[in-house]
Amino acid sequence: MSRLFVPLLLLAAALFAAAPFVVANAPFEETMGLVQKIFYYHVPSAMMMFVSAFVCGIASAIYLFRRSAAADRVAQAAGELVVLFGLIVLVTGPLWARKAWGVWWEWDARLTSSLLLWMIFLAYLLVRRFGGPGSEKLAGAMALFGMANVPFVYVSVNYWRTLHPKTSVVMTLAPGMRAAFWFSVAAFVILYVLLLTLRKRLEDRQATVEQIYLAIEE
Amino acid sequence: MKRLVLVIALIALLPGAIVHAQQPPPQPPTAQEDFVPVSALPQAEQLPAAPLLIAAYAFVWVALMMYVWSLWRRMARLERDLADLQRRVPKP
Amino acid sequence: MTQFLRVAWVVMRKDLTIEMRSREIVYTTVFFAASCVLVFAFALVREGRPLEDAAAGILWISIAFAGTLGLGRTFERERHTETLRALMLAPSDRPAIYVGKLLGMLVLLAIVEAVLVPMVGLLFHAPVFARPLWLAALLAAGTLGFASVGTLFAAMLVRARSRDVLLPVLLYPITIPVIIAGVRGTAALFQATPDEPMARFWAALLVFFDVVFVTLSLWTFEPLMTE
Repeated sequence: MSRLFVPLLLLAAALFAAAPFVVANAPFEETMGLVQKIFYYHVPSAMMMFVSAFVCGIASAIYLFRRSAAADRVAQAAGELVVLFGLIVLVTGPLWARKAWGVWWEWDARLTSSLLLWMIFLAYLLVRRFGGPGSEKLAGAMALFGMANVPFVYVSVNYWRTLHPKTSVVMTLAPGMRAAFWFSVAAFVILYVLLLTLRKRLEDRQATVEQIYLAIEE
Repeated sequence: MKRLVLVIALIALLPGAIVHAQQPPPQPPTAQEDFVPVSALPQAEQLPAAPLLIAAYAFVWVALMMYVWSLWRRMARLERDLADLQRRVPKP
Repeated sequence: MTQFLRVAWVVMRKDLTIEMRSREIVYTTVFFAASCVLVFAFALVREGRPLEDAAAGILWISIAFAGTLGLGRTFERERHTETLRALMLAPSDRPAIYVGKLLGMLVLLAIVEAVLVPMVGLLFHAPVFARPLWLAALLAAGTLGFASVGTLFAAMLVRARSRDVLLPVLLYPITIPVIIAGVRGTAALFQATPDEPMARFWAALLVFFDVVFVTLSLWTFEPLMTE
């Protein structure tokens, strides 16, 4: 991973630098016009939020059942990234909604369940920080329930009447939009991998420091 | 230091963008039969999309950069602690 | 399997026996739930009468609050007398202990609901006896969903710091979908002409939540309670 890090970093930087141009060249959507371009950051962020919730959940399961400390560090990193990407989704969404739907927020199935998913992982971070000794396990259980929540969030928009577009939109994009969208997704995936690696490295360093500290105290 | 300045500059842009989004600037109405003054158009049509778009993108950048910056800071502190501890370890 | 059920039964009987001696948790939790309903009734008032549409929401919120309180109190008692550790040391299936505690919790909440439902019917003119079986089904499924997650987290939090505030913090984001489904189903039943298909849909969703939550809880109880 460390050998790939710098090339990936450069690639991500290039993708993000090119992104405004790619997005600007994408065709306008008929009903929403310019504001629809928020889509190219909103949806990939949501995808990364779901992916990170899965990573956190799976890593937590490995930690709980195999007692792997490394898995716990991955879970911590992924948990933070759920909150980060979730925050991006929950801010860019209403900014788009204000123009497209006329309201900042609606208590429909998709928005409510997304907010709850975000809050579950926010609670995850709170428990890890303030739960005291043994809180990693508690947090691990939270992450498992959070992960179980993700499919519900995803399909909610297909089964309930909501203002939010359905999941079929992504697969039926116009050709010009398709290229820009998947370009954005690629950029966000690489960004996610980089952030996860960085954050896990921070956790590893923290663990090393604690080990040395304990060794010295003896 | 430069990073901090850049972050602050982008944060400063954000409220401006949001405030601008609230005020409808005068716009010629789209094709219609009778004369309808701009103030009588439904509010959603009055909103210019550009400030919302800019605010959204600016927020994404700001959020990501602040996170990277916080990682940087935490890593620097850990490196300092590590160096500290390694000095304290008695040399064999 | 029978061993599992026997352990669960024994744990539940132990809890209920201890509780019946002082009845402390039952009385205080029921009183707290009733106070909740009253507070909401006084707060949500129009022209001197409580809002009638609010009945379903207030019922479920009161159950959720009373449930959180009851969970905290029950496990505080365990912590105080260190019986949880003793239970963990017993050579029995850990998930059976979880099921026993869950059953005890369900009995407590059933008593609370038996008091709350007529109260809500009285204060909000809600037709609680129009479709009693559907209402009972909704309450049972919703309470099971709430209590299953609650018992797991309350047991885990016994040894944690800030356990009083962390229980709601952890419990509510996960169980809000259960509460929403319960409220929507109950509201469908409380309409002038009860909407049974709607209630059935929400009841089915509640059962789905129950399956997921109970399975996850059973699966994770053992690794979570082990040192």
